[in-house]
Amino acid sequence: MSSQDFLRRMPKTGIGFRRRDRIAQRFHIDFVLLFLLMGIASFGMLVLYSASSSSLLAIQKQGTFFVIAFVSMFVVAQVPVDLMRRAAPWVYIGGVALLVLVFFVGIGAKGAERWLGVGSIRFQPSEIMKLAMPITIAAFLSRQFLPPRFIHIIITLALIAVPTALIIEQPDLGTSILVMVSGMVVLFYAGLQWRYIILAIAGFGASLWPIWHYMMHEYQQKRVLMMLDPESDPLGAGWNIIQSKTAIGSGGLDGKGWLEGTQSRLDFLPEGHTDFIIAVMSEEFGLLGVILLIIAYILVIARGMYIAINAQDSFGRLLAASISTTFFVYVFVNMGMVAGMLPVVGVPLPFISQGGTAIVALMSGFGILMAIATEQKRVMTPQN
Amino acid sequence: MFENHHFKDHQREARMFKIRLGMMVAIMALLFCVLIYRYYNLQIVNHLEYATQSEHNRVHVEPIAPTRGIIYDRNGEVLADNRASFTLSLVVNKTMNLDATLSVLRTLVDISPVDLEKFYKLKKQQIHPLDPIPLRYRLSEEEIARLAVNEFRLEGVQVDAELVRYYPYGDLFAHTIGYVSRINETEQQKFSEEQLRRYSGTHSIGKTGIESSYEDVLLGEVGSKNVETNARGREIRVLDRNDPKQGKNVTLNIDFKLQQQAAITLAGRRGSVVAIDVKTGGILTAVSNPGFDPNLFVTGIGFNDYKNLNESPDTPLINRFIQGQFPSGSTIKPMMGLAGLHYGTTDAERTISDPGYFMLPGSSHKWGDWSLRALGRGHGSVNLKKAIAESCDTYFYDLAVRTGVDRLHEFGVKFGLGNRTGIDIPNERPGVWPSREWKRAKKKEAWYPGDNVNMGIGQGFVSVTPLQLAVMTATIASRGDRYRPRLVKAIDGVEVAPILEEHTEAKKEHWDAVYDGMLSAVYDPGGTLTRYKLGLGADYQIAAKSGTAQVINIAQGAKYVIGSLKVEHRDHVLFVGFAPVDDPQIAIAVILENDDHLKTSENPSLLARTLFDAHLRGLYRPAGEPIHGFPAPKPTTAAPVTTEAPVEPEHSESPDHLPEAPVFSD
Repeated sequence: MSSQDFLRRMPKTGIGFRRRDRIAQRFHIDFVLLFLLMGIASFGMLVLYSASSSSLLAIQKQGTFFVIAFVSMFVVAQVPVDLMRRAAPWVYIGGVALLVLVFFVGIGAKGAERWLGVGSIRFQPSEIMKLAMPITIAAFLSRQFLPPRFIHIIITLALIAVPTALIIEQPDLGTSILVMVSGMVVLFYAGLQWRYIILAIAGFGASLWPIWHYMMHEYQQKRVLMMLDPESDPLGAGWNIIQSKTAIGSGGLDGKGWLEGTQSRLDFLPEGHTDFIIAVMSEEFGLLGVILLIIAYILVIARGMYIAINAQDSFGRLLAASISTTFFVYVFVNMGMVAGMLPVVGVPLPFISQGGTAIVALMSGFGILMAIATEQKRVMTPQN
Repeated sequence: MFENHHFKDHQREARMFKIRLGMMVAIMALLFCVLIYRYYNLQIVNHLEYATQSEHNRVHVEPIAPTRGIIYDRNGEVLADNRASFTLSLVVNKTMNLDATLSVLRTLVDISPVDLEKFYKLKKQQIHPLDPIPLRYRLSEEEIARLAVNEFRLEGVQVDAELVRYYPYGDLFAHTIGYVSRINETEQQKFSEEQLRRYSGTHSIGKTGIESSYEDVLLGEVGSKNVETNARGREIRVLDRNDPKQGKNVTLNIDFKLQQQAAITLAGRRGSVVAIDVKTGGILTAVSNPGFDPNLFVTGIGFNDYKNLNESPDTPLINRFIQGQFPSGSTIKPMMGLAGLHYGTTDAERTISDPGYFMLPGSSHKWGDWSLRALGRGHGSVNLKKAIAESCDTYFYDLAVRTGVDRLHEFGVKFGLGNRTGIDIPNERPGVWPSREWKRAKKKEAWYPGDNVNMGIGQGFVSVTPLQLAVMTATIASRGDRYRPRLVKAIDGVEVAPILEEHTEAKKEHWDAVYDGMLSAVYDPGGTLTRYKLGLGADYQIAAKSGTAQVINIAQGAKYVIGSLKVEHRDHVLFVGFAPVDDPQIAIAVILENDDHLKTSENPSLLARTLFDAHLRGLYRPAGEPIHGFPAPKPTTAAPVTTEAPVEPEHSESPDHLPEAPVFSD
């Protein structure tokens, strides 16, 4: 019997707990996160209603996904952190296997094969990888002496490279970036030596040319070029960016008002309900809305970092920090690309964009955070 | 698996983690600042630019076509109207796949090969890539419904209600009113800025006839509306609207019922009829037969339809009464007589002795008289009245030589010969009323005395349009007032003042003498029209003159045998006349082409009689009804129709300076 189990089973250790904390502990829920996420989700439904041309059906679907997502978050939160660590290799192997399977029986959408169908349910194995990756890397590195030695860095990079390459090949640039980032940040948090970091940045710079020529599809190259000069093809590849910038810019300080965004409601924004939904939000709620949403995201990330700092061991720390940082990357890449700062790579805006599996995967990630958070409380509280 | 766990320095790892976390938080904070700055830049700094851009996206100014003015006859009968028509158009740039869209459309509406042919032709001429190209006009209710149901899979397809010109009487007014048709590329390129604006909502423009010459009046003033459109160009709602001004309505001098009467009587024959209001120059009737259906042109005529019209030997597209140029034949004899009286080269009493031919002093060439060929003798002793009544060629050969080309030219011009009459429709031709200058310029030859001879009976170089004949006759009927012939009587109810081009002063007894001759032609025994009983049963008097215009030259010594020539080589039969003689109201010119072996009942004079009756007495006759409504004609009293071939006059010689062929006229 470990010391944790011992403390957990001691009667009356929770005497000093406030009622909320007791419930939180019993159900492994972090209420701060929960309320923040529910707030963002509700606001997201509001924006989606407008972005989908007042379609109640879209809201119903998205609502259903949110219910599923919150349930799965709740379920994941109940999984002992230790079990996650131990299960990590199997989750990783399973995830990679599914990614390979996509190549053979994948279902396509818009020229990319990303989906697996089981009965009437379709899901993207790459979404599983978004969770499997940080867990695996965190599990692997947390059992090593930190900062990691060279051999462990190599193994880590190999573990990151395999699924990333598989996802790029689907091709799904956005997800592969997120999966890679979720692994790489673990390495960073684990104390990756600066010399490697500098080396990596230099190496990345040097490898841009071969990546551009040999690894990127023509449509991806076009997107990067379009980001640099969207006006060059205003009716073709530049259309999305020009229209989204127009939508954002025309919103002004306080926006045109809910359901009043002409760019989106008159169909000038392609993908206005998915990746480009921030343009709809910006048009209707203005800069104030944007800042408010960013504050909400910052609070979520801050809460994640708080959980990471207070995690009881390296695994929890690394995993929580990785999930929070990846969440930031989601937000930054999406808002950056829609505003014409970054290439359009197909990253949804968390909890606002329409899309089932992404929401479920994200919420499950927060389930992991909650598991880490509530585990730590059980340990820390009696010592106070 | 976790063998290293117990030897790890947890304190150190946690401390290092905190440092790394701090760094990451700093990076995130920085990136969030960049992000917020970017949005600030877009939404605050450049807000106006993007707001304007968004408004441009949203709102489009669309022109609203004005309703084209309606064309009425003098009694308010609608001759050209606008009908609501639903048009299916394609914006090719907005269709995903043109062929696929077309094949879907074919399952929904009836699209003929002609429609497709027109569509592709217009597509080639397309000026603006987002202009809708019409594919099918006059959609039925059912087709509209089917299109509406399938709208979602028809990107770039639109159905517009537009007013399309409609000519309820088809070919009856094809040559007077003309037609509108789609503005073509050449016309569009010639447009000024102002015209581009005025036609921004209009697809059609008047191409011929009244539709063309009164285009500015009929068009109206374009309106506009601000519409909110979505990214696919579909109109969501109208924000504000500036109504167009309807084009002005035009009332014609044309009398619809008279025109119809003329068309009934002319049916099946090539020719034309013009009737003019003597007091104003207003054109009461103008028919060119055969006509065509102008409605074919409104939405763009198909290749085969056009080819058939254009290549028909009957040339339906030619407007005969202003574009057909024929020798006037004897119809100018009253005017020639008046010229002789006016210049004192003859008088009412002077008689000549007609042997059946005319010879110039010092020449042996004989210009034959028609009577020599038809009856084997001359007219005997002839004065002016008899010369007009019996159409004595010899008298007028002589008179023309006496008067001379200079004075004849001067006088004929006063009656509208040799110049465009100035009728208010385009493409009129001037004909030829020769002069010394004209011959020198055109033929590079001097004027020979023999040219005078031919001019005396309206042959040789003389050519006239039926309209010119009508104007000449109206000028005689009004004793010298030549009005500019006009189709339009009023614009938006405001009468257009008649234009008196010229007044020819002549003595009353000169006019009376000419009238006497023209009356004698109708009523006296020996008159060329007497046998047709032109005036029978009418309570008013008709003054008239017949004529024959030779189409080809008959070789020396050959005989002109009726019916032996190819149709297109046969003579034209002409008529001019006015009524009532005591107070002339209406002057008529008729020409029937290549139609010399007519039955008595088909003589152009009787066609004119129906128009006199209709106009003066309101008596309209259905097709096939005998011309002489009351009393019934008595066939036994009618002079036998001359069926024997006219005899070619014998000529001893034919000097080369003389006209290419002998000429004669009845």
